[in-house]
Amino acid sequence: MSIKIEQLSFYYGQGTPFETKALVDITMEIKRGDFVGIIGQTGSGKSTLIQHFNGLILPEAGTVYIDGTNIKDKKVKLKLIRQKVGLVFQYPEYQLFEETVFKDVAYGPINLALDELEVERRVKYALELVGFDYSSVKDKSPFDLSGGQKRRVAIAGVLAMKPDYLVLDEPTAGLDPSGRNKLLNTIKKLHENNITIILVSHSMEDIARLADYIYVMYQGRIHMQGTPHEIYKDSEELKRIGLGVPQVVDIMKALKARGMNVDTDKLTIEGATEEILRVLRSKKDA
Amino acid sequence: MDPIIKISNVSFQYSQEEKNALNGVSLDIQPGEFVAILGHNGSGKSTLAKLINSLLLPTEGEIIVKGMNTKNDDMLWNIRQTAGMVFQNPDNQLVATIVEEDVAFGPENQGVDPVEIRKRVDDSLKAVDMYEYRKRPPHLLSGGQKQRIAIAGVLAMNSECIILDEPTAMLDPSGRKEVLQTIKKLNHDENKTVLLITHFMDEAVQADRVIVMDGGKIQMEGTPKEVFVNIDLIKKFGLDVPQVTELAHNLINEGIMMPRDIIKIEELVDAICQ
Ligand SMILES: Nc1ncnc2c1ncn2[C@@H]1O[C@H](COP(=O)(O)OP(=O)(O)OP(=O)(O)O)[C@@H](O)[C@H]1O
Ligand SMILES: Nc1ncnc2c1ncn2[C@@H]1O[C@H](COP(=O)(O)OP(=O)(O)OP(=O)(O)O)[C@@H](O)[C@H]1O
Ligand SMILES: [Mg+2]
Ligand SMILES: [Mg+2]
Repeated sequence: MSIKIEQLSFYYGQGTPFETKALVDITMEIKRGDFVGIIGQTGSGKSTLIQHFNGLILPEAGTVYIDGTNIKDKKVKLKLIRQKVGLVFQYPEYQLFEETVFKDVAYGPINLALDELEVERRVKYALELVGFDYSSVKDKSPFDLSGGQKRRVAIAGVLAMKPDYLVLDEPTAGLDPSGRNKLLNTIKKLHENNITIILVSHSMEDIARLADYIYVMYQGRIHMQGTPHEIYKDSEELKRIGLGVPQVVDIMKALKARGMNVDTDKLTIEGATEEILRVLRSKKDA
Repeated sequence: MDPIIKISNVSFQYSQEEKNALNGVSLDIQPGEFVAILGHNGSGKSTLAKLINSLLLPTEGEIIVKGMNTKNDDMLWNIRQTAGMVFQNPDNQLVATIVEEDVAFGPENQGVDPVEIRKRVDDSLKAVDMYEYRKRPPHLLSGGQKQRIAIAGVLAMNSECIILDEPTAMLDPSGRKEVLQTIKKLNHDENKTVLLITHFMDEAVQADRVIVMDGGKIQMEGTPKEVFVNIDLIKKFGLDVPQVTELAHNLINEGIMMPRDIIKIEELVDAICQ
């Protein structure tokens, strides 16, 4: 069971003056249970790629299989694919359209023809998961919320569908630090509950902390792939292609450059704290 | 010197809402200052920005932008020219069908000479690395590319004061650095006043002054060091400190001696490798 992509290429506006080669020969497989991070500079093709994961864009060249089914197969019901693979768009707040938060989040479950009680349970589950107090937010108009609050309502709408694969395109952009941490913890919890996570993010810190495996996109291609430790080793190359490393990596490298004998391969603050303490204390003992 | 923006005891209530979005905010911004505004989602940052730009009018109190009261209808265009704004969502800002027309929109409205407009548009697009996209329709761009165009739009207005509402939220790490450098250059070389609303603490540490909002009020105010030294308070307001500050405090808690107000990598390295 997986999302499997074979030799996928995609052009926007083929034959027009704005023809853009957005994806070039992408092959990858994301297995059930994975936590995958996708990073890449602005315009590198991330959003285009993930819209292929649930059939929002159908492949022109190449093939997409969801749990073994070719999504271009005539018998495939895209509605079922979209329930299986939930996609939270970049700027999802633009998809909000109902007059209350409740109706907006309920839209998907109602479309699945669930009964009223189950719809309500799911809406409550999803809104609480993204950190809202259910009763105080459900009757508000989504248009009267702040930017970050809208974002969370939009994410709840996808969570209410209870997808097997959850694809999130920059879900924490515009969230305040505590909202960001809460959402990332929620995503982590969902992963522990066997939901496969595909996270697109410009935050190197978040990707380093959460993902088990990273794909690095550059000019429409998969430019690098590997575990966070493998990827963030090559900070020069990452900087060259518009990315960077978590601030802790820069800190460890700066310490090393000043002659401190630290292992620079630390991606989290906790890891860095321990490593610096280890070196400082061993110096004292010596 | 007179403040370029003078906010006096301003409250604001959206119609139909029970609670005020802003509650008695007073704040003076000096010409040439670089101020970062932080605060959790819904704390009132965008509302404050829209009030300065005269998109909203105070329910109580008043705002004076370079001597002009934002309630004075006749001054609307002058106010918006003095305080140019990049909105939180670029899609709400991009109006034209071609990128370069969009960037030209502001200066055209100001009645700037066409030759000068051409130059400003080209310079602004180059400053955000989007010159090669100038003939494209904005809706055919990626999220981060749209955000860059919105920034170019305000650069082309050449306003004395620039208000940016989360301009880097969708940018890649290099893009964020470049935009910050552009902002700092305008502030430093051309003495432009900058108001930067952001959720990135590493951007806030580069400002002259940091304002923290909560519940529609200003709750903390000071230099980045003065503000970020209060880790517990910052976290109570739903915010965070830069990773380097967090790391320094972890080390302090483990008994390592160093200053409590470390906010930059060099400071930490100096403290450890002295
Ligand atoms: N509707 C469209 N029509 C034409 N070109 C497009 C369209 N949408 C995106 N593009 C172009 O395709 C390329 C890939 O865009 P995509 O949105 O996938 O990038 P991204 O990696 O998600 O970027 P970001 O980090 O800015 O969101 C870009 O060069 C972009 O300009
Ligand atoms: N158009 C509106 N109508 C009614 N209430 C609104 C409107 N816009 C914002 N609010 C409310 O006003 C308060 C302040 O919102 P504001 O947009 O200023 O917050 P913010 O600090 O910019 O948040 P964010 O970080 O999410 O952008 C919030 O409680 C929000 O729900
Ligand atoms: Mg994108
Ligand atoms: Mg806002």
